[in-house]
Amino acid sequence: MTDFHENNENEMTAVQQETLQEEAVQAAPVRQESENKAELDSAENLMKEKDIKTVSRKQTAMKVLVQIGLYVFLGIMALIVLFPFYWMLISSVKTLDEYNAVVPTLWPQQFKWENYAAAFTGDLDLGTLLLNTILVGVVSTLLSLIITVLSAYAFARLEFRGKNALFAALLATMMIPGELFTITNYVTVAEFGWLSNWAGIFTTLVVPFLVSVFYIYLLRQNFMQIPNELYLAAKVDGTSDLKYLWRVMVPLAAPTLVSITILKMMGAWNSYIWPRLVAKGTIDLVTVGLRGAAFTDLATGLTDFPAQMAAVLLVTLPLLLVFLFFRKYIMRGVSRSGIKG
Amino acid sequence: MSEEKTDPILTEQEEAPVLAEEPAIGEAALPVEGEQAVLSAEGEAALPAEENGENNQKPVLSPQEKKIIWKDRFNRYKAWLYLLPALIILAVFTVWPIINTVRMSFLKDYDALKAIGGASFTVGFDNFVNVAHYRRFLTCLTNTMLLTVITVPVSTMLALLIAVALNSIKFIRRTMQTIFFLPYVTNAIAIGMVFMAMFSVIGGNPSQPLSIGIINTIIEAFGGKAVNWVNAGSSKVANMAVLIIYIVWNALPFKILVLLGGLQGVNKQYYEAAKVDGASRFRIFWRITVPMLSPMIAYVVITGFIGGFKEYSSIVGIFGESMGPVGADGRMNTMVGFIYDAIESGNQGRASAAALILFVIIFAVTMINMYVSKKRVHY
Repeated sequence: MTDFHENNENEMTAVQQETLQEEAVQAAPVRQESENKAELDSAENLMKEKDIKTVSRKQTAMKVLVQIGLYVFLGIMALIVLFPFYWMLISSVKTLDEYNAVVPTLWPQQFKWENYAAAFTGDLDLGTLLLNTILVGVVSTLLSLIITVLSAYAFARLEFRGKNALFAALLATMMIPGELFTITNYVTVAEFGWLSNWAGIFTTLVVPFLVSVFYIYLLRQNFMQIPNELYLAAKVDGTSDLKYLWRVMVPLAAPTLVSITILKMMGAWNSYIWPRLVAKGTIDLVTVGLRGAAFTDLATGLTDFPAQMAAVLLVTLPLLLVFLFFRKYIMRGVSRSGIKG
Repeated sequence: MSEEKTDPILTEQEEAPVLAEEPAIGEAALPVEGEQAVLSAEGEAALPAEENGENNQKPVLSPQEKKIIWKDRFNRYKAWLYLLPALIILAVFTVWPIINTVRMSFLKDYDALKAIGGASFTVGFDNFVNVAHYRRFLTCLTNTMLLTVITVPVSTMLALLIAVALNSIKFIRRTMQTIFFLPYVTNAIAIGMVFMAMFSVIGGNPSQPLSIGIINTIIEAFGGKAVNWVNAGSSKVANMAVLIIYIVWNALPFKILVLLGGLQGVNKQYYEAAKVDGASRFRIFWRITVPMLSPMIAYVVITGFIGGFKEYSSIVGIFGESMGPVGADGRMNTMVGFIYDAIESGNQGRASAAALILFVIIFAVTMINMYVSKKRVHY
């Protein structure tokens, strides 16, 4: 695209240099005008104010009111959005007695940090859960990235018979709800004998979700934006396809790959249905362990909410931190997908 | 001979080596060309033995040329090599399940374990009929429908208002954007547990609780009456209300993100023109913002419906795996929950039938959505 544009310009300058220069001279002030539009607008307003002072005063008053209204509305909504996080935070350090008090306190009177320790030592055993989840997440992300890069490259750069038909077929599978696959996949992994030992169950947690058509699609779009001239130049230099892919394509598509990595890791962190079905009690992942753990004292029927909230906070915090650091990448991936993980 | 007449120049060039053939033998000039000419002449002479001619041509290929031919052959299949890992996994875990789900749904109470044991199953529509007559299934279906039909419009409207508000402020806009995105990067089950804690009345006995909980305290502070939201003895309406609040809270970020992205793409000239014409804010919102955003609105509504019909983990987050308050297990169950129950009880036939019904519903609703949005979406 850029090359084409440049060529065009060169031709034009050759022919119409003079006229262009003239135009440029005329256009320069116009451009400045549009840049300083705000100033000019206010200048215009000033002139108008002299003519119709009262009307403009009313208008500015209206504007201020609307702005205040907007901030009030957004403020209330933000409070509603934030309140569950706040409640989780303060509850996690309260003592059980304080939490159960008739009038709930909005700031803990006494900090009980032992709630966090309890998450690692008690019934929940968060340490093991974290280790399992990180292991599954890292392995599946790495393998998934390799498969996605290879497939996206084939669809973006290589020519083969039936390419478009195959790609369309892959996209069509995205419409089918995942639950439909789960039924058969559960039977399949059982028939493969994967559910009988630790390594098999680990494979079960990783393999069925390695290929994401959406990620292939996303990366293919990105690869296709890389100009073909680079590929041809590399070919002339005698670079192999794989080397070109690794040295040129992958670095250029790095932002998309980061998005995919983060979304995939978040997926492992949040996955519940499949791990509960195939790996409950053997390789428990965080979400499964968190929901399965009992925080209720059977004798009194009292739920230890502070301990529960401490555990919930420990599970939620990594996600929030990742989001704050990789905001851009997450939002980029999310806005195009509509899916979680 | 006739060729020579039709195109003298071309034939002259082509025939050149052949013409040189006779003197080449004698003069032994141009050895390479002469050799080739002789060989081709031999091939023509021994016309019936065509392989002979080919055999003679082979040694002419240099190793480099050979490499090119092999590379060309390899290149033709290279793409498939790159796609191989993806295609194998897709075949086993995506394509086969599609086929197999349809197969299992037509085998009455199909159980894979029994099938391996050699059991046979009646072929027919029994699974579908049984599922439809199942009272639990109807509860799941109505729950799913209700949740979707209520939460999608509510969250879309709210998200639209927030997005427009965000788009018209400058101060602390980025901070606000981050805050409104936070619910997205959370674990649906973990935060569900927080909502449960907030709505819960505290104490073993709900009729005489130690504390009425934070939400009820807030309600009473505003002059309302405390409600048993999620504990034993709570009403289904109250349960539903909590679920709706939680699902909307959870659905907002994605919708705000998409709509805000759309708003930033709207050409400012439309608004300026409307201002010049003295249009009211309300009118600008309905006549410019909504129509210009209609593709994004259609997108979030469609994905919202699809997500709504697959609702499951929000309910697990709030009520746990019992899918309902204490004493009313399964009352808030959904379609997806029904499918998992069927898988766990080893009835893959029933699960498949339910999954296909769910797929048909989602597909139909998506088609209706697309049809409506095609009529309504501007430009």
